[in-house]
Amino acid sequence: MSDVHDMDDMRAAPGSPATFSLDGQDVEFQAGETLIEAATRAGRYIPHLCWHPDFHPHGSCRLCTVKVNGRAGAACTMQAAAGQEVQSDTAELNAQRKTLLQMLFVEGNHFCPSCEKSGNCLLQATAYQMGMEGPHFEQFYPNRPVDASHPDLLLDFNRCILCELCVRASRDVDGKSVFAIGGHGIHTHLLVNSDSGRLGDADMALGDRAASICPVGVILPKRRGFAIPIGQRRFDQAPVSQQTQGDGDSP
Amino acid sequence: MTTPAPLPPLQAPRKLKLATVSLAGCFGCHMSFLDIDERLFELIEHIEFDRSPLTDIKQVGVCDIGLIEGGLCNAENVLVLREFRAHCKTLVAVGACAITGGLPAQRNHMDIGAILTDVYCTRQGLSASCRIPDDPELPLPLNQVHPIHEVVHVDYFLPGCPPSANAFWTFLNDLMAGRTPHLGHGLMHYD
Amino acid sequence: MLDHFPAADLIQVNLCADLNVKLETAYGSSFRFWRSRARLFEGYPTNLSEPPHRDCHVKSESEVVAMSIESAAFERVLSRHGRDPHALVQILRETQALMGWLPRSLLSAMARELKLTLAHVEGVAGFYRFFHTRPMGRLRVLFSDNITDRMLGSEALMADLCARLGIKPGQVSADGRVSVDQTSCTGLCDQGPALLVNHHHVITRLDAPRVAQLAELIRAEVPVPQWPADWFAIDHNIRRADVLLGMPLAPGAAIAAALARGAQAMLDDMKRSNLRGRGGAGFAAGLKWELCRNATGSIPGTAPGSTHYVVCNADEGEPGTFKDRVLLARHADEVFEGMTVAALVIGARQGLLYLRGEYRYLLEHLQAVLQRRRDQNLLGSAILGRAGFDFDIAIHVGAGAYVCGEESALIESLEGKRGTPRIRPPFPVEQGYLGQPTIVNNVETFCAASHIAAQGGAWWAGIGTHQSTGTKIHSVSGDCERPGLYEYPFGTRIDQILEDCGARDTQAVQVGGPSGVCLSAFEFDRRIAFEDVPSAGAFMVFDCTRDMFEVARNFAHFFAHESCGFCTPCRVGTALVVKRLDKLANATGGGRGSRHDLDVLFELDLLLHGTTHCGLGASACNPLRDTIIKFRPAYERRLESLHFEPGFDLDAELSIARRMTGRDDPAAHLEISP
Repeated sequence: MSDVHDMDDMRAAPGSPATFSLDGQDVEFQAGETLIEAATRAGRYIPHLCWHPDFHPHGSCRLCTVKVNGRAGAACTMQAAAGQEVQSDTAELNAQRKTLLQMLFVEGNHFCPSCEKSGNCLLQATAYQMGMEGPHFEQFYPNRPVDASHPDLLLDFNRCILCELCVRASRDVDGKSVFAIGGHGIHTHLLVNSDSGRLGDADMALGDRAASICPVGVILPKRRGFAIPIGQRRFDQAPVSQQTQGDGDSP
Repeated sequence: MTTPAPLPPLQAPRKLKLATVSLAGCFGCHMSFLDIDERLFELIEHIEFDRSPLTDIKQVGVCDIGLIEGGLCNAENVLVLREFRAHCKTLVAVGACAITGGLPAQRNHMDIGAILTDVYCTRQGLSASCRIPDDPELPLPLNQVHPIHEVVHVDYFLPGCPPSANAFWTFLNDLMAGRTPHLGHGLMHYD
Repeated sequence: MLDHFPAADLIQVNLCADLNVKLETAYGSSFRFWRSRARLFEGYPTNLSEPPHRDCHVKSESEVVAMSIESAAFERVLSRHGRDPHALVQILRETQALMGWLPRSLLSAMARELKLTLAHVEGVAGFYRFFHTRPMGRLRVLFSDNITDRMLGSEALMADLCARLGIKPGQVSADGRVSVDQTSCTGLCDQGPALLVNHHHVITRLDAPRVAQLAELIRAEVPVPQWPADWFAIDHNIRRADVLLGMPLAPGAAIAAALARGAQAMLDDMKRSNLRGRGGAGFAAGLKWELCRNATGSIPGTAPGSTHYVVCNADEGEPGTFKDRVLLARHADEVFEGMTVAALVIGARQGLLYLRGEYRYLLEHLQAVLQRRRDQNLLGSAILGRAGFDFDIAIHVGAGAYVCGEESALIESLEGKRGTPRIRPPFPVEQGYLGQPTIVNNVETFCAASHIAAQGGAWWAGIGTHQSTGTKIHSVSGDCERPGLYEYPFGTRIDQILEDCGARDTQAVQVGGPSGVCLSAFEFDRRIAFEDVPSAGAFMVFDCTRDMFEVARNFAHFFAHESCGFCTPCRVGTALVVKRLDKLANATGGGRGSRHDLDVLFELDLLLHGTTHCGLGASACNPLRDTIIKFRPAYERRLESLHFEPGFDLDAELSIARRMTGRDDPAAHLEISP
């Protein structure tokens, strides 16, 4: 708790640009910015899945875990403060990230060859970035039926990483609260708000922000699969570290 | 005075032995491997094929490298995989099915008993005498399809569905040159 | 590139065509019973892993209105809580107490009444282990599954009860009469094995005769209140009393002393006492109170800091800990008095006590104490005649979620939400309950605060050590002659406690519960203190006959069961640890471990310590790490090979095909190791 109060004195003083050090290079920040916000604005890449610049930080995927003055913390929830020594692109932290990605892959059913999101998927691209060649752990093979009840949208829960971006987008942007989180532990899962629990009976439209925010292949528009040839998809063109953050399928 | 003869290499270069097999796979990875095309000639300067669909050798011998395509869907797959592990110094899981179970693993949320009953007994168009085959020659299916790293230790993973010919080429060149394989952007893909 | 293979769609076929038949098959007459009783159950029982099929619409409002007896009772529950969405957890709890479980149509009605989304209500109901969105037995039996219960034979007793009732753990009996399952530690380790009936009554000291008689009573559907009264007896087992357990305060004495001193002087005294929080983290209580007193809060549209809250954390979920149970049963006055003193210091008018669901049986007693204190003018308006000093306390009953012991998760739960720990900062002292400055302290901390108010901070600081002042209550259980509560000044050696409780041939002590530390014999000269061995109050003793691997495995299952599921490393990591330890288990044949598995366990431990969202995940591998270091042979003797062993039983993987083909020839089997 004392950390918070120590930090008060170190926040950006008005007038002079305050900086912290990210892997040895100074990054300027504005008062109230988190580490990942300031780093992203400076064109620096910190791996992440649940963070999106348009939404409140969530802190669930833990991929953006960095070391601040030697102590681990999520870059998406930690406030930037002057003089912080932040380590991110280190062998140790990248190995941790790879393990977290492997956990997400074995937890769900991520069968990339049949996924419409392949090539545009943040999970997949981040796994490429971290050099994840195999799953390392045993597969969980959960049984998660898809929901194809909506005329324009498909829900394939097999690919859900519980980033809650759709929960946030539907609640905070669309004002519909179509999604929520249910269960606990390894059985935590996405819920749809309708009497039947199916998307077809929910107040959801193709144009909703929640319909395009999914970083993986859970919420997909129907009749639009595999539209971009292999080699021209978003992450075929450049690795995720060299791209700016965008919504699920927009380049 | 005679000039000293150049030092011979510590070990005379010998061809690496390579075995390949497709378990619960579609041979697509093997096809992609063949897509290295004329580079096959260069490859066989450095390697010698052991058991492989390319040679039709039935028993795997002592090998340097084993490439496994496909996951494990029946008892025979497990036995072959163990043979490979026992004979190959370096074992590589090649392609989505070997690495994650892949397409065959899409049956994993169904009961294999119900599938067998459906296919051999209750499906429309079967004669009344149809029953689930019980010939000891036939390998029994596993309850679930598994990736190979759940049953034996796997040294490397070469992802892709299939891995591209260039990925095969880069991967094998790295191995032959004694480098830890590194695919990098463009060659590393899961689809 | 393969085309999309929508296999997941295929199995949906016919899932709902004959839903009622399937429900009857699955739940037997339990389903028929409930359906006939309230007509509420034609909705699809929420399957937590599968969204209901689209054809299985919940019946309309008119059918919910058709509830006969229950609708009136449901209305009373809603009214009692003023239809406040923040009371959702309480409303769910009280409604389930009426119905036995929470049908989807009822959740739907609740959502409408509270102006919440159904998905939100469903998400909250699905979070807490004591809420059931599928039909349960009319009588629900939960065996406490702490390692201490197991050491007293709970597994065999549960198997015996299940056999007598003809059911399997986790199942509802065919007649819908009963369901039997396990639950996390119920805090009765000194008088176990224990079980919980209908999330309300507890039975202690189970043995074979009790289980035999229990089965008879269940079969005869004898109402619980008519069961033998001595089954429900709960002993305090106070073995060593010091300040907190041995020097009761007269009600009002601490408040009077604090009032005489004044709020600022009282705060100064708290700081002088150097009392550190007793819930585990050990944060200085006086500093926490000061930060809250000075905080301004931040709810848009309200005056800054207009409301401050005092919250007592009685969610004593750490396995092996039961001191708060006794403090609440025997020293509730001191606990409430400490909360009232805190209210004076931080300027709060409202207090909340978060009582863990497993201690539901204490509710009436606590309400009675609160009422008496109101009658004595120790709560309510103008306490002890001091104009403007208004404070009252409400009790929130939890519903089985260990993570709610984390203070920000506890506040989420108080607000009627899933108990997911919040991002911090802001800390609760700045933005806590309903966004207002809130202190959350442990039961024992408030109890200590009342003694500090009565006798002064300097007096308290004179007890214990310089960095760890005062006394600490230890819940001693496991292999010892005299389990129960032992209160010592801080600085007491481990071996002193072991000697006093009559422990012999001790090989290990788990101090502070699974999230604490496992000490081996060579460390028994260490001392209980924040600067040496900190403790949240559990002290589980294991003698030389115990298998420390099984201890660690029990704790691993506990953490996986209690993970809130929010962050990746804890959600998946705790499940992976369980898989690995289960793989190593069964030394008598089934164990399939290799050195490789130990490497993976180390790797998971490292990851969880460095990446989780909250303390639960960060400490989930503590018992694993401690035992793997200090009791390594317990792991090594389970290794099948030094190289690699499959993650699953290969021969068992052919079991279905063998059954379907009738084959048993050599080729129909796979050796476990070639």
